[in-house]
Amino acid sequence: MSAVELRGFGWRHAGRRAWAVRDVDLRIEHGERVLLLGASGAGKSTLLAALAGLLAEDSGEQAGSVEIDGLDPREARERVGIVFQDPQTQLVMARAGDDVAFGLENRGVAAAEIWPRVRAALARVGFPYDLARPTAALSGGEQQRLALAGVLALRPGLLLLDEPTANLDPAGATAVRAALRAALDVDTTMILVEHRVAEALPLVDRVVVLEAGGGVRADGPPAEVFAAHGAELAAAGVWVPGPPPAPRRAAAPAGEVLLTADRLGLPPRLAPTDLWVRAGEALAVLGPNGAGKSTLALLLGGLLRPGTGRLAATPALAGRHADQPPHRWRAPVLVRRIGSVFQNPEHQFVTGTVRAELALGPRRAGRTPAEVTAVVDDLLARLRLDTVADANPYTLSGGQARRLSVATALATAPRLLVLDEPTFGQDRRTWRELVDLLAGLRDAGHGIVAVTHDADFVAALADRTFHLGGRPDGQAGEPPGGGPHGEAA
Amino acid sequence: MIAYGPVATPTAPLARRNPVAKLAAALLFSVLLLVTLDPVVPALAIGVELAVAPLFGVPYRLLARRAWPLLLSALGILVTLTLFAAERTGEPLVAAGPLVVTTGVLNTGLGLALRLLAVALPGVLVFATTDPTDLADALVQNAKTSPRFAIGALAAFRLVPLLATEWQLISMARRARGVDAGGNPLARLRIFGSTAFTLLVGAIRRGTRLATAMDARGFDSDTPRTSARQQRFTWADTALVGGAVLVAAGILAVSVALGTYRPVIS
Repeated sequence: MSAVELRGFGWRHAGRRAWAVRDVDLRIEHGERVLLLGASGAGKSTLLAALAGLLAEDSGEQAGSVEIDGLDPREARERVGIVFQDPQTQLVMARAGDDVAFGLENRGVAAAEIWPRVRAALARVGFPYDLARPTAALSGGEQQRLALAGVLALRPGLLLLDEPTANLDPAGATAVRAALRAALDVDTTMILVEHRVAEALPLVDRVVVLEAGGGVRADGPPAEVFAAHGAELAAAGVWVPGPPPAPRRAAAPAGEVLLTADRLGLPPRLAPTDLWVRAGEALAVLGPNGAGKSTLALLLGGLLRPGTGRLAATPALAGRHADQPPHRWRAPVLVRRIGSVFQNPEHQFVTGTVRAELALGPRRAGRTPAEVTAVVDDLLARLRLDTVADANPYTLSGGQARRLSVATALATAPRLLVLDEPTFGQDRRTWRELVDLLAGLRDAGHGIVAVTHDADFVAALADRTFHLGGRPDGQAGEPPGGGPHGEAA
Repeated sequence: MIAYGPVATPTAPLARRNPVAKLAAALLFSVLLLVTLDPVVPALAIGVELAVAPLFGVPYRLLARRAWPLLLSALGILVTLTLFAAERTGEPLVAAGPLVVTTGVLNTGLGLALRLLAVALPGVLVFATTDPTDLADALVQNAKTSPRFAIGALAAFRLVPLLATEWQLISMARRARGVDAGGNPLARLRIFGSTAFTLLVGAIRRGTRLATAMDARGFDSDTPRTSARQQRFTWADTALVGGAVLVAAGILAVSVALGTYRPVIS
């Protein structure tokens, strides 16, 4: 039951030239459910951190004012609860019940009152296990519901949600949204930050759009905001409700086989799997969490030694190295033939600047300095990274980091590209660019393998789908040219 | 996977004792044994430790599995000292060419090896029977440790098993970027360093996010913290600590009576 009032609010992190957020005038009445939108870099997370009272006075410079029920948010901490994106770094205790109790202990709630409140909060989010369930044994969606219970147990008047489903697979995200819908009561004011608008709309009654340069661009009921600003929001990268993006079909039938997997597996992470990968074809690997999709991607990328079966590269892909399996190749040989893009881009960054990062692969592969410069400049321009060419890769936004990780794999011009969840948590603009880029590579004769949960991505790009763990024979999909793939949904 | 939970029968009479009491008993027992250099005291202590292991609910099989690195290093100490110690006093036992094993050397070596085992075994017993959450609770409630430290360390501890997975992922990502050492040991060292750095950067970011999430749930507030789980320090816990001291003193007395007692500080 809390009201929020921002007047000319702005915040600049210490040591930064640009304001993370500025000139925000906003009043949110108690009990309102607000979806907060804005292009990446518009300051949504900073605004939530300010409301949660998590911006220490000495950690930056504030303009204007922000108040919760007339109080400085740092004084109103007990009225506010916040759920973050990453479940791994929100859970504190080893057992589920203890984790929900953690916040209550911090607030000095009497011991006798703690456990009834813990049980009530877990019931509200539909947590299916008992109190002693180890938190490490939970799926991402379950962990996120547990984190939500830990916040709800504190009975916040204002609930802040910072992309709570961005790290989850579709089933987990649906469960978290259902838990939110069931758990919210009329007295809870809610502010939700979320890229995927269509899914979030049933939870909210008001949409506020932050302008990237500062201020509020749009504010009102969802229907009005999207009618008036839908197109510009979509252009800015917001996933506004509407028809799915246009598909990019293959221009030509698939070409020769590049890789064949014969009973390829790694117990217990991946059961033996038969699979082939072709040039000029985009193959989507689907399947539930835990089926071993990421493991399969690492095996196909020549990064893991197979536990069972074998992976063979054809001479079309590997030339004279075809007599050895990819995991035995030296790294410089590998990167010119198979490029891997990891789920978390930051794992892949090795150097101090974006430019050096792009130059690393080609240099390792033995290109001349002139060739390296040409490749780097081309990729910087094509992937809109020229403005951050000298920035440290760790300081990039999510979309920039994703584009850079794809660009580094392309820098050595491998014939085959293996991507693990390339569109995870991306805004619509980066998503569109990735689909166009991968479609272009496919049409130029490259093989594309993408492990993904993203049904839109599969519908837009995949020529063939492969279901892992879903079918007894392991092999699914039609030969190339068989038309679209209804199994995507 | 790093095992960090209790693995023994949790209902055993000594396993059930307060974690702080178990820790204190183990520490006091070990420290008292350190005052002498003779092999009799640690030998008797190991006997006592093995005798109480079932009371902690720790089967000998499990104890052996947990303690084998200790056994190995104890054996290493014994062999090294017997062969290479400079001080060769006492009667010669075996003489093979330049190698002379004397009673004095064997005595010292055996004493040191047994001391290592005797001092470490109580720790093995305590950690095999103690849940980390219970230990943190007891440290806060019974030993008046700051919750900021005890609960904070507990939360950080939960992230440790993630580091092994991260290391693997980062190493594979390096290979995917065309970075490998081949046969060059210098390059291997450099890659090890840069992988460790990436791991550290990731760990710090994760730790910061966890700390923020904890503070958002009031961990940094000035309100006195309550405890959802009660840890009690009862007469039985006092008895455990007292018992440990008495048994250690008894062992020292036996050593003095036998005339083997050799104080560290004399």
